[in-house]
Amino acid sequence: MSIQAIEDSKVKAFPAPAKPAEVIAFTAKVRRRFDPAAIAGKLASTLVPPAVVIIVMLVVWQIACSSPNASLPPPSQVWNEAYDLIAHPFFDYGPQDIGLAWRVLISLQRVAIGFGLAAIVGVALGALVGQSIWAMRGLDPVFQILRTVPPLAWLPLSLAAFRDSSPSAIFVIFITSIWPVIINTAVGVRNIPEDYRNVSRILRLNQLEFFVKIMVPAAAPYIFTGLRIGIGLSWLAIVAAEMLTGGVGIGFFIWDAWNSSRLPDIIVALAYIGVTGFCLDRLVAAVGAFVTRGTTAK
Amino acid sequence: MTAYLKLDHIDKSFARGSQVSEVLKDIRLTIDKGEFVSIIGHSGCGKSTLLNLIAGLTKVSAGAVLLEDKEVDSPGPERAVVFQNHSLLPWLTVYENINLAVSKVFGRTRSRAERHDWIMRNLDLVQMAHAKDKRPAEISGGMKQRVGIARALAMEPKILLLDEPFGALDALTRAHLQDAVMDIHSRLGSTTIMITHDVDEAVLLSDRIVMMTNGPAATIGEVLPVPLARPRRRIELSSDRTFLRCREAVLKFLYERHRFVEAAE
Repeated sequence: MSIQAIEDSKVKAFPAPAKPAEVIAFTAKVRRRFDPAAIAGKLASTLVPPAVVIIVMLVVWQIACSSPNASLPPPSQVWNEAYDLIAHPFFDYGPQDIGLAWRVLISLQRVAIGFGLAAIVGVALGALVGQSIWAMRGLDPVFQILRTVPPLAWLPLSLAAFRDSSPSAIFVIFITSIWPVIINTAVGVRNIPEDYRNVSRILRLNQLEFFVKIMVPAAAPYIFTGLRIGIGLSWLAIVAAEMLTGGVGIGFFIWDAWNSSRLPDIIVALAYIGVTGFCLDRLVAAVGAFVTRGTTAK
Repeated sequence: MTAYLKLDHIDKSFARGSQVSEVLKDIRLTIDKGEFVSIIGHSGCGKSTLLNLIAGLTKVSAGAVLLEDKEVDSPGPERAVVFQNHSLLPWLTVYENINLAVSKVFGRTRSRAERHDWIMRNLDLVQMAHAKDKRPAEISGGMKQRVGIARALAMEPKILLLDEPFGALDALTRAHLQDAVMDIHSRLGSTTIMITHDVDEAVLLSDRIVMMTNGPAATIGEVLPVPLARPRRRIELSSDRTFLRCREAVLKFLYERHRFVEAAE
């Protein structure tokens, strides 16, 4: 009653202004920016094809592994037996019984240290090799030989040197991911236009100023190409290294699962590794695109 | 009175393996303070090499570059260069590009606020203050060249070196920038050396035109004074007899006496 009266008076107090034209223009603007149909269409065109492929793969896999003699588990068995790992990535039941997300994070931590060191040392060495003709003549052949050594071949040597598994794994990541960083940085530095060097010479920039203000930004697109290859390699290396060194990383989890014949667990771990590697690659690419946004356009 | 800038019997040769090619031979020239001198010649005659020698970016093989009676053999901000392709750093904004020069040259002697005012003053001088936060990729070629000039002027150079500064620009933009350079020169009285291959540009802007013979072993063929009063206006000059006479003299030098022979390259 009284509330009803107030509402009525409100409605009367603010009569709807007769501006149909404005309303139409507004909706038109909104439609152009957030057209749900267009967004849905775009999402569908990017998401539906991979979804179809994955479903087809799962079906083929299910059929192929359904016979009782199959050596590998079908997807349905993976889902049933490894449901805990899939549904609860963050459980923590004790030192060796933790969710896969924790294991991935531990591996990522090692990658962060090893790859971080490789990025710093790699850019510095690459700058030296790119800048000095004698450093290139001396170091380049050595780099070209060492970079072909497979990551795991370094492991025994680093175990002997560090006498501990964790720094050894980090060293393997470092030595695996540093080569593309060095080589790409060197190419980037060698390609710095002569004009930029002349500008720095006229301004009498010292070595450090030249490095920070000219060399790194000018070579940034190349450096990030190297970093992107490097992070991919280090993610490859950490899984392999952890399989041998033990600990609680995702690599050791696979080895452990193999030793106790938990094949479904291995398959889930592979999915985790793949998704994480994909995210790392995209992360470095995004950082690179952000940092070099001014340099690519001439 | 001793000359402000003196090029004293300069030779320059490049050695490629056992082959030595002589580019410049016996360059002698004196330039007074506040003078605007153009160096003109066919392509490949070594005019850019000569500018690089004055800038100190290349070392002389013999002879010396003397600025106020002191030999200069390395680059420095007192001989600022405006490069043909502007060479602004693409990852910095217009303001930051000039700031890089200003904070390096005046970092110790001027406060932050003074440096900011100085940057803005130089941007105003080339009418580019409105674009101070743009990156080089976002502005036109003529605007980039203006910023390049502002960066050079901001170093407060004793000598301003222009290396074919308008070569890559269209004719209209070029005329605008020539006017801007004349205006700046009349206001600041900066000693300027400009490399060009454009006869009209040389006559319009210069107090003297240095004409180079063809290489190899190019040298100064002739120096032509341009006795035109300043300020100069291109429309009035287009029918001015002195202007036409100077223009003809340069054309005759370049196309009659020292014709460009393609095989000499």
